[in-house]
Amino acid sequence: MRAPATDLPLMLEDVSLLARAVTILDRVRLTFSAGAPTMLVGPNGSGKSSLMRVAMGLVPPTSGRVTYGGRTGVPPTRRAIVFQRPVMLRRSASANLIYALAAAGVPRSERSAAAQELLDRVGLGGLSERPARRMSGGEQQRLAIARALAKQPEILFLDEPTASLDPAATKATEDIIRTIAGQGIKIVMATHDLGEARRLGGEIVLMNKGRVVEVADTQTFFTTPATDAARRFVAGELLV
Amino acid sequence: MPTDASALDLILRADPVLLAIVRLSLIVSLSAVLCAALIAIPFGALIALTRFPGRNAVIVVLNALMGLPPVVVGLVVYLLLSRSGPLGSLGILFTPAAMIVAQTILVAPIIAALSRQTIEDLWTEYRDELDAMNVGPLQRIVTLIADARFSLVTALLAGFGRAAAEVGAVIIVGGNIDGFTRVMTTAIALETSKGNLPLAIGLGVILLVLVLVVNALAWGVRRAGERYAG
Repeated sequence: MRAPATDLPLMLEDVSLLARAVTILDRVRLTFSAGAPTMLVGPNGSGKSSLMRVAMGLVPPTSGRVTYGGRTGVPPTRRAIVFQRPVMLRRSASANLIYALAAAGVPRSERSAAAQELLDRVGLGGLSERPARRMSGGEQQRLAIARALAKQPEILFLDEPTASLDPAATKATEDIIRTIAGQGIKIVMATHDLGEARRLGGEIVLMNKGRVVEVADTQTFFTTPATDAARRFVAGELLV
Repeated sequence: MPTDASALDLILRADPVLLAIVRLSLIVSLSAVLCAALIAIPFGALIALTRFPGRNAVIVVLNALMGLPPVVVGLVVYLLLSRSGPLGSLGILFTPAAMIVAQTILVAPIIAALSRQTIEDLWTEYRDELDAMNVGPLQRIVTLIADARFSLVTALLAGFGRAAAEVGAVIIVGGNIDGFTRVMTTAIALETSKGNLPLAIGLGVILLVLVLVVNALAWGVRRAGERYAG
C-alpha cells in the first residue's frame, strides 16, 4: 500500500513576494520539517505573516516556489493557519467548529462529537453554545486553534496568537500549543515575544526586511547567535 | 363601501372592502419581495465574490436600477404581457400575478445592490478564514448569505418599502380592477381623484402602519438574531 502523501518537509525555494513593487519577501530559502516548533521572529514588517501565508498556499509567490513533501500546488487540506486576529463566523462556538469539520470533509454524523472533543481540547468545553463573537479575545484565540485543528493538520501556522492577550490567557494558549506540538503537529509560529520564542521554540528563524537573516536552534540562537543582526535582536536592540 | 364614512370608522369597523384591498396589497408586495430575494440575493452574492472585466460597470448599473421609474417598469411588463407581446400567451395581464412580476422587477435591483454591498463587506472579513479552510465557491456563497442573514433583512425591508409604496407599475399592469387588482396605493390614487378622502386617508394610515409594523418586526428579528449569533 502506498504511504499517504505528506506536506512535510515544506520548502520555500527562493521565494520572493512583491506588492506594488515593494518587496515583501526576498529570495527566502527555508525548510519546515517535522519536529519541534519553529518560531519566526523579527520586527514589524519583516515578512513573518506574509511568509506564513505563502507557505500556507494562500498567496502565490511572485517568484520561486513552495513544495510540500516534494510536490507543488498541493491544496491546503493538511495545513492550517490561525491569523493574528481570527475572524469567528456568526454562530456559536460549536457551530464554528462543525462548519470547519464539514469543510474538512468529516461525515455529518461525527461532527457534533468531534466539535465537543475539539472544544475540550482547548479548554472551552463548557462554552459550546456561546456565540463565538461574544467570547473574550483569549477564548476566541483558543477557538481559532480548535477550528484549525478540525483539519487534523500536519502543519499549523500561528500568527502571533498571544499578541493581545493577558499573561493568564497567554499561558493557556502556550500550553495548548505545547500540547499540540507534542502530538506531532508541526508548529510554525510568528511572535514578537523573545521570551515566548525561547519557551516554545525548537528552532528560531530571524527575519528582517523580507529576508531570512538567521536560522538556528533555540539554544544556539539565544546564546551564540551567528549574525550581527541576531546578536542585536537578542540584546533587545531595534533592527531598522 | 359608504363614501361618507370617516377614515377611522372604516378602520375600526374592519370594512371588508378595505380589508380586501389591504390583504391583496400585502400578498402582492410580500410575494414580489420573496421572488426578488430568491433571485437578487444569490446574484448580489455572486457579484460580491467574483472578479471579472466590467464588474464595476455591472455594480454601477445595478445601483442605478435602484431608481427604476415604476411607470417604465409597468409599461415594459405591460408590453411583454399584453396579448400581442412575447409573454401574452400567459394571460396574466390585469391580474395580481402581473403586479407581482412588475414589483419583482422593481424590487430586485434594490435587494441585489444592497445584498452585494453587505455580502462584499462580510467577504472582506471572512475571506482569509474561508480560504484557509479550503471552502469551495458555492459553499462560500451559502455561508456568506447565511451569516449575513440579519443584515440582509435591511435589504428586504428596503425592497418591501419600495413595493408597498409604488403605484405606477401596478396600476398599468393590474388595471386597478375593483375587488380583483385594487391595492392600497392604486385605491388611494383613485379615491383621492374621486374626492373620497376618508377612504384614501384610511388606506394611507393603514399603509403607514403596515410599513411600520413590518419594519418593527424585522428589526426585532434582527436584534434577536444578532444576540443569538453574535
